[in-house]
Amino acid sequence: MFSTVLSASLRGLFVEFVHVEADTSNGLPMFHMVGYLSSEVKEAGERVRTAIKNSGIVLPAKKVVINLSPANIRKRGTMFDLPIAIAILASLGEVEEERLHDLLIVGELSLDGRVKQVPGVLPVVMEAKKRGIKTCIVPKENQREGTLADGITVIGVETLEEVCRILRGETIRRQEIREDMRESVIPCEPSALDYSDIHGQRIAKRAAEIAAAGNHNLLMMGPPGSGKSMIAKRIPTILPPLTKEEGIELTKLYSVAGSLNQEAPLMKARPFREVHQSVTRAALIGGGVFPKPGELSLAHKGVLFLDEIAEFQKPVLELLRQPLEERQIKIIREQGEYVFPADVLLVAAMNPCPCGHYPDLNKCVCTSVQIRNYLGRLSQPFLDRIDLCVEVEKIRYQDLKEARREESSEEIRKRVCAARSVQRKRYQNCRVSTNGELCVKEVEQYCRLGLEEEKMMRRAFEQMNLTARMYYKVLAVARTIADLEGEEKITAVHLGEALSYRSMDQKYWGGGAA
Amino acid sequence: MKYEYWFAALRGLSCKKKVFLRSKVVSAAELYYIEETTLKKWGVEEKDRRTILESVKGWNPETEYDRLREKHINFYTILSSEYPAKLKEIPSPPYALYVRGRLPEEQRKTIAIVGARQCSPYGREMAVDFAKRLAEAGVQIVSGMARGIDGAGQRGALMAGGRSFGVLGCGVDICYPRENIELYTELQKAGGILSELPPGVQPLPQFFPARNRIISGLSDAVLVIEAKEKSGSLITADMALEQGKDVYALPGPVNSRLSRGCHELIRQGAEILLSPEDLLEDWGILEKGQTEKIGENKIALESTEKLVYSLLDFQPRSLGSLLERSNLSVSSLTNALISLELKGIIREISKNFYVKVR
Repeated sequence: MFSTVLSASLRGLFVEFVHVEADTSNGLPMFHMVGYLSSEVKEAGERVRTAIKNSGIVLPAKKVVINLSPANIRKRGTMFDLPIAIAILASLGEVEEERLHDLLIVGELSLDGRVKQVPGVLPVVMEAKKRGIKTCIVPKENQREGTLADGITVIGVETLEEVCRILRGETIRRQEIREDMRESVIPCEPSALDYSDIHGQRIAKRAAEIAAAGNHNLLMMGPPGSGKSMIAKRIPTILPPLTKEEGIELTKLYSVAGSLNQEAPLMKARPFREVHQSVTRAALIGGGVFPKPGELSLAHKGVLFLDEIAEFQKPVLELLRQPLEERQIKIIREQGEYVFPADVLLVAAMNPCPCGHYPDLNKCVCTSVQIRNYLGRLSQPFLDRIDLCVEVEKIRYQDLKEARREESSEEIRKRVCAARSVQRKRYQNCRVSTNGELCVKEVEQYCRLGLEEEKMMRRAFEQMNLTARMYYKVLAVARTIADLEGEEKITAVHLGEALSYRSMDQKYWGGGAA
Repeated sequence: MKYEYWFAALRGLSCKKKVFLRSKVVSAAELYYIEETTLKKWGVEEKDRRTILESVKGWNPETEYDRLREKHINFYTILSSEYPAKLKEIPSPPYALYVRGRLPEEQRKTIAIVGARQCSPYGREMAVDFAKRLAEAGVQIVSGMARGIDGAGQRGALMAGGRSFGVLGCGVDICYPRENIELYTELQKAGGILSELPPGVQPLPQFFPARNRIISGLSDAVLVIEAKEKSGSLITADMALEQGKDVYALPGPVNSRLSRGCHELIRQGAEILLSPEDLLEDWGILEKGQTEKIGENKIALESTEKLVYSLLDFQPRSLGSLLERSNLSVSSLTNALISLELKGIIREISKNFYVKVR
């Protein structure tokens, strides 16, 4: 007899539905699986047969053929174990065939018949809902995650036997789990980090605030021990809280990456991913034979922090150029294209020279060639993607001792949120939502200057050797500063501040030309 | 000329010996085809005889000379009339001088501006400024085209449309350091590139002290802008003294390592130079009392700009420290800095580190 069960396979974040077909017939006893399977799916055969046996069901000596269709896409992962088992049992009449309609099943089996968790449940459930499926059976551990999708029944199961009972129509008392998803904004969880921890550093904090308000990439330069990473780590605490859509999107991403906390699956805080200089290309942008999201994507809607950016391998850094522009990363493989979102706020930190003391020439032991080579490790195209560049000073004793009350993250966040809502309103009919995402054309449209300001920019352009790209970045940053002040027009004051945060042109680093 | 070139490019013979040999014959060709016995008769040592005879073997006068012409290189031996008279007077003048561009003019006053390669913004600004004003008064600037002060001084002279000459420690067809390629080409147009080493000789550390004697030898005075305690610039100053030239030193902050060499020179009796006009007065190019002194700015500044400008120095100041001292808000401080920068009186030398330029 023939039966079919609906399941799904993941290609990155993209869900492909797979029909698991089973046919049992008389003939030489055998167990055969077809359908372009990767080795972990082929192994499912052994797991499934043993799990069925250990669940107390005797498999008759028959010819069993399993097909995973469509047969032209590569099936991988362990989520097919449970649907295969159910398809076999349905074809043997152990479960009721009609209950398999409008039902999707995913799950891994262990040899004793227990159902184990699998990655990527949320995207699968959400896609199933779109397709009009009414019920999903998922491993118990993934139930919380699955219920984040509204309007579809998600049943969490612990054993194969429990699934059989459900599919025979027995009623089982189940604990109702549902995340509270009524709010459109996910309330922020209190963080252990706060900007009030940092004494002094007004300039760097101000730059962090502008970066957060306008979604501008930030480069901090300063001697070792000046608190660059402290500032970076606290940026998520001043970013606006995640919206529901963003939270779900992030949860899907982390689900696919297999790094979701199943106790509280919904991502409530913006991610902060710190990447070490030893990072490989695949780990940074995503990769593998079957690509998984890399650090760049895991920092989606949050902060990607590259400390000691000058120590990174150049080819690795250059890989970031295109995704930073497009805010997503495309990985092309033989099986197709994998697209992961990568809307990150890039924060980088570096020393001003190899020894870290430049421009204090009494302390700095580097030659001008060394300094230039050091800074030259960042290519100009990469620097062009940096909107804000700021110096972080060595902390002085009086900063530590002074009892000045420092602003808390919450106060800064309020201003950031206000500036963001101004931007949302301005760009409501636009593809972007923040100043940091504006392209050249949009900068010209939205960052209009008055006559006086125009004159100032012309002088700055000529005297400070701005490149065209730097010019537009300065305008966008000035727009954000104006938004923070709640002003409609960009004034010379905003431009002046934006100009002093401009990213440096390599040619002039290390005091090159006279 | 092609035989003259062979003899000039012949290495391993001192200038004195070359002059002696050259005076024995009418043309250098005779030396090229000379018999060993003749040399022996003249009392040339065996080592030198071998040097001469061996160099003849690997040298094709025709092609070598053509190559020199192709590279637009001129050369002047100590016996030629164009050879700089000032250079003839120094204790060990080079036998030949290779030139791309032209030689310094004899009757014009010439000054060497030398200093540290790794210089401070203060030194760099002073080198440019002094060179500019001296060049405007018609003074020729000689230096070593090195990184730091040397190059800055020469750039200053070029900016003012003056003459400047670079003396290299390698062949004149080689640009060392490479990053000064722009200066190298500009100098050929507005002055010259000089060397005692034949074309094609790569820069080696031992060539540089010898090169310094030519820098001071071509000049009437040497100005040291910034130098650490042990530096090549002090070698140049020593050689200048040996050659009987005036040595000037620019004072700097007493706590700066980069000015210690200058202060040491001043202590030993070098002239302290406070403005280029002082030098011009010493030379009689300017009359005394006619000039305005430096440090006077005629640019009108607003009150915040004035405040910020007064906090700046020739030593780099960071944005953070300015913020603390000025008690201004971030935006009014950054605005004052940007407008001062646009007025060209301060400069950002590293990210958010500012120095006074004037």
